[in-house]
Amino acid sequence: MEEKLAATDKLSTSKDWEPLIVAFFCNWCTYTAADLAGVSRMGYDPNVRVIRVMCSGRVDPQFVLDAFAHGADGVLIGGCHPGDCHYVEGNYKTLRRYLLLKRLLRELGIEEGRLRLEWIAASEGEKVSKTINEMVEQVRALGPLRLTRKFKEWDAELATLEVEAQREEVAVHV
Amino acid sequence: MSDKPKIAFYWCASCGGCEESIVDLAEDILEVAQAVDIVFWPVAMDFKRKDVEAMPDGSLLATMVNGSIRTSEQEEMAYLLRRKSQILIAYGSCAHTGGVPSLANQFDKEQILRYVYEEAPTVANEQKVRPQPRHQQNGTAITLPEFRGLVRSLDQVVEVDYYLPGCPPTPKLLKQAVLTLLSGNLPPKGTVLAPDTALCDQCPRKDTKPTDLKINEFKRPHWTQIDPNTCFLAQGIICMGPATRAGCEAQCISGNMPCTGCFGPTSRVRDQGAKILSSLASSVNAREPEDIEKILEGIVDPVGTFYRYSLAKSLLRAKVTR
Repeated sequence: MEEKLAATDKLSTSKDWEPLIVAFFCNWCTYTAADLAGVSRMGYDPNVRVIRVMCSGRVDPQFVLDAFAHGADGVLIGGCHPGDCHYVEGNYKTLRRYLLLKRLLRELGIEEGRLRLEWIAASEGEKVSKTINEMVEQVRALGPLRLTRKFKEWDAELATLEVEAQREEVAVHV
Repeated sequence: MSDKPKIAFYWCASCGGCEESIVDLAEDILEVAQAVDIVFWPVAMDFKRKDVEAMPDGSLLATMVNGSIRTSEQEEMAYLLRRKSQILIAYGSCAHTGGVPSLANQFDKEQILRYVYEEAPTVANEQKVRPQPRHQQNGTAITLPEFRGLVRSLDQVVEVDYYLPGCPPTPKLLKQAVLTLLSGNLPPKGTVLAPDTALCDQCPRKDTKPTDLKINEFKRPHWTQIDPNTCFLAQGIICMGPATRAGCEAQCISGNMPCTGCFGPTSRVRDQGAKILSSLASSVNAREPEDIEKILEGIVDPVGTFYRYSLAKSLLRAKVTR
């Protein structure tokens, strides 16, 4: 875990920064569409890490926050078009959560463009590649989020006292 | 001094309600005092920091620290008490999850100091004087604790063994915790000493909670005539019950007020605010974005409502652009 954090941190702090986007794609539509894009040899930016979920409704808002907290610069959620959900209501729940989550994120300082919800049907391979490319450009324009680094900066103020406390502890035990 | 186990209480950034809750043990405090020696409790007894410093390391059986950590002094005390105690307990919401003080993590240090010492309507401070960490007066150096950039929960500063949740914890939970400590039969490290189920489980209105909740409007409690027998959520009033740990015995709900979430999440939840957001939004009874937005507008302050006691321990910890 530490190593992984260090790796994302390095990625997000280096000069040649590239946007890192975590994408949650629903098994029935958007993931299939991404698959179609793949076999049809449609190109898209390599900045996206796709996570397959059974339904966009499975995307707990905690997953989105966790992705940002671990170094993602953007999060993309892809689901079936309204009315097409394999589980009937799943994507409506996604839409409702997304609208409220966007407001919450804005209040916590994360720009609107870093979270995107898109309905992409299994046949819309082209839309996958278009959406990803668009989002990469959008996030590139916003710049890096660098949360892992920010957390470290926040905690730097704890360091001096901690060293002192450890020294005292050692002194007592010697 | 007797060889009874030694216990300490300490108060960091909090309102004082946790200290009050210890006094609320009423006659049970005699039972506690019979079983243990309280050797440090600044709010009630005249012991000083140097007395604690003079104790051998690990000589306290347990210390209960309430309040979140905002200043360097509170950090120093957290380190000191950690060193002197076998068991360190985060007592109350603020120590457990950051509490109400951690809502200040939506603002940076400068914004807070400027408001408090210059802009607040009740402040008269024409020279805009602010407290300085170091000051020379007649050849004497005077110091004040440093004000940190972030409010933290106790376990974000030192290692914590157990948590007593609540704003404040109930005397019943405190008594149980002390008895557990004395029994020597300790739960696994990191345990929150309250039931690991959602508050809905203890709610007297549980039976009136619809299985398929459909919310058409979010109403604020102080603008609403609340039916005292029906589930708050069924009435469109935000209740944190589904995303909050049980253990308070639904005291607010018995007083006809919805749960605000002070017991923190259960062990399966990482971010209490995201979890209640998920639950509430899913239940909104609309399908078109405009209609959904219109209903969601009824949630006036999502951060303040969903993270009232837990912003410091949320996945983002603070407003990231402060």
